[in-house]
Amino acid sequence: MRIDEILQEFDGLCLPRRQFVKGIALGSALLGLGISPARLFAASGSSSAQQTLQGNRFKLSLAPQLINFTGRERLATAVNGVVPGPILRWKEGDTVTLDVTNHLAEPSSIHWHGMILPTGMDGVPDISYKGIAPGENFHYQFDVKQSGTYWYHSHSGFQEQTGLYGAIVIDPKETDPVSYDRDYVIMLSDWSDEDPTDIYAKLKKMSGYYNFAERTTADLARDIQQKGLGQTLSDRSMWNWMRMSDRDLSDVTGYTYTYLMNGQTPADGWTGLFKSGEKIRLRIINGSAMSFFDLRIPDLKMTVVAADGQNIEPVTVDEFRIGVAETYDVIVEPKADRAYAIFAQALDRTGYARGTLTPDLSLTAEVPSMDPYPLLTHQDMGMDMSGMSSGMSSGMGHMGEMNHAMSGGNEKSAMNHAMSNMGGDMKKMTIFGPAGQGSNAKIIHAATEFGPHVDMRTQKPEFRLNDPGVGLRDNGRRVLTYADLRNLYPTADQRDPEREIQLHLTGNMARYMWSINGIKYADAEPLRFKFGERLRITFVNDTMMNHPMHLHGMWSELETGDGQRIPRKHTVIVQPGAKISYLVTADAMGSWAYHCHLLYHMLGMFRKVVVS
Amino acid sequence: MKKYISLLILILISPAFSLAGGMDDDPVLTMLTVDQLEIRTSNGNSPLVWEAEGWIGKDLHKLWIKTDGEYVDGNLDEMELQALYSRAVAPFWDLQLGWRRDIRPTPQRDWLAFGLKGLAPYHFDIDAALFIGTNSRSAMRLQAEYEMMLTQKLVLVPDMELNLYAKSDADTGTGSGLTDITAGLRLRYEVRREFAPYIGVNWSRRFGQTADFARAEGTSIDDTQFVSGVRVWF
Repeated sequence: MRIDEILQEFDGLCLPRRQFVKGIALGSALLGLGISPARLFAASGSSSAQQTLQGNRFKLSLAPQLINFTGRERLATAVNGVVPGPILRWKEGDTVTLDVTNHLAEPSSIHWHGMILPTGMDGVPDISYKGIAPGENFHYQFDVKQSGTYWYHSHSGFQEQTGLYGAIVIDPKETDPVSYDRDYVIMLSDWSDEDPTDIYAKLKKMSGYYNFAERTTADLARDIQQKGLGQTLSDRSMWNWMRMSDRDLSDVTGYTYTYLMNGQTPADGWTGLFKSGEKIRLRIINGSAMSFFDLRIPDLKMTVVAADGQNIEPVTVDEFRIGVAETYDVIVEPKADRAYAIFAQALDRTGYARGTLTPDLSLTAEVPSMDPYPLLTHQDMGMDMSGMSSGMSSGMGHMGEMNHAMSGGNEKSAMNHAMSNMGGDMKKMTIFGPAGQGSNAKIIHAATEFGPHVDMRTQKPEFRLNDPGVGLRDNGRRVLTYADLRNLYPTADQRDPEREIQLHLTGNMARYMWSINGIKYADAEPLRFKFGERLRITFVNDTMMNHPMHLHGMWSELETGDGQRIPRKHTVIVQPGAKISYLVTADAMGSWAYHCHLLYHMLGMFRKVVVS
Repeated sequence: MKKYISLLILILISPAFSLAGGMDDDPVLTMLTVDQLEIRTSNGNSPLVWEAEGWIGKDLHKLWIKTDGEYVDGNLDEMELQALYSRAVAPFWDLQLGWRRDIRPTPQRDWLAFGLKGLAPYHFDIDAALFIGTNSRSAMRLQAEYEMMLTQKLVLVPDMELNLYAKSDADTGTGSGLTDITAGLRLRYEVRREFAPYIGVNWSRRFGQTADFARAEGTSIDDTQFVSGVRVWF
């Protein structure tokens, strides 16, 4: 036994008790004992049957609820007593009314994520309305103008982390272009026994608190053995100079999280039945606070038919990454008379959510093992790779370049720089790149991006639509990328963008501060869209995290290369060190929220958008 | 000084913004870290030594307290206390300004403190400070520490501290020039992030006139001690 193995064993002696319990439960479940210990002490939220409410009038009650996912009882913020909340099934063309009563001791709210509706119904406290005070009731009413898979969640405090979320399924008015024999909602989420306020405080005090995959001396020894001392030192130099880690994949991990599929722990697993030969539509929603998932069903191809509720040209894959708040609809056609595992491993590989598709409850499916811990690369920092070959000195040179690039700018000029490039001449904007192709505007780091609150600025961010992301590259499976997304229907608004706004996602990981263009929400002016205009948003990710950016009230029309088939999304992942562009038709008057959907980022990485 | 402290307290207690969702991205937090609380074993006495720091504040502005000291045979032999206003000046660096009081040995000495604390490239934790005292005394201190992860929980921590004084101070046994160097190597096991028992070795040596003062008092100028203790934060 090598020394590092012995040391790992030593670490194992002190596993948190919760993980130990989870381990036993999983073991017995796999042995087919039929009843798992986790189920014995699960008080609620464990039933495989999902509560579904159908129609156009709904009564929803927000209240504390005792729940037990880990062997310990905790108070959740539940909708109608369940976590996740009930599935709401609507019909396109209906007017739905939802009476929401807040029985919690704190203000609450419900936001209908991805719904196109009037601002007053959007459910964001202080932006669309004042929220729902304890003991109060709010009457939502709006026309359902779309179909597909969406979700709802609290937009108050950290209630989304503690259970206040659920699925929305809207059946189309006309014939569904997607045919299927049955459908299931697959709601993925992350649960912690810790108070989210404590999680946030711990991240501020020690940003690596939940990261137990940091580089160790064993990694160093292995690198030196494999690559030699010189190459290892040179490879490590940039990370060490920047004081960054290639292991910073997620802020909050399986150390505290239990990953859930439809409210079921990995020990229990969720189960969906099918008859051999059926076409099954799985409506997958990532309702997590902080976790990205990589989902696959070993031995089954998945045909992705919708992204964020909107139909796309079908594309068949083995696996896809789903960012926080995204949804994907897939069709699977299991032919064999056997059980299949639905396996959703967290991006950081510290845990997974799982379920089973089976023709028979007595059958079980083998759960695959998790992929190795992925490492971030220089590409994920948006580094210019052309000069990164030699060691320490060149690393320093690049640092210098990065740090004083464009320090003369300011936020306004960065946002509207493309306009000023035109010298006030507002004729044809071919300078931006035509609709569907993405921006080719110059990347400008505003002066507000410099200071103790921002620890990194990308040097050469690229469009990475073809990149499935860290941990999924070249894994031997066909993985969905954004480049695969093409709208099933022709682009509704054929205009080229009249204007472009470049937004930089910024932060200081160690201090755990997050902002846009270096300005946090509390200090920011609203972004102003002109009613009716067609504009382009280009995000530049100046951090090493994936940020799922969510614009309320209007579609984010992702430029994936074909201006005629631009897919519509409500949440767009901006990969670390990358840039991405989408078009927006500002057709929704009023005030809207625009933010990173990672719960502990969004307090700072947030903007109010005013359309007028 | 008082003005700064009251200004800071005013900033800290000012009402939080009303934000979407009613949350403040930058709440006032407190942290207390007892970095070293250890028994040092050498021939003769076994002193209890502590080194701790605490802060209250927000992302970029904090009020810091630092203290260290040594307790031997029921007597407080050494104790120092610092109260500092800490302001982030660069992504990885804080400027710390305030006041330092040496409580033991007596007579007490007071200093203005100007420090720079942060993370240097290659992940070295640095705390460098300049102190200006009464009677045109001045001093410098440099502390450096590195956390070497042997596993995710077993951490080897080499650290080093050196002190320089501009002027001799016979009453406190401090000579001018380089007074002392301390170097340690501690192996800690993080049972939880917040709680880690450790063992290690600590070496220290006095130099120049400071060493002469020590010899005159019959104290050793060179010490190698085994240490065992606990690191706690919350």
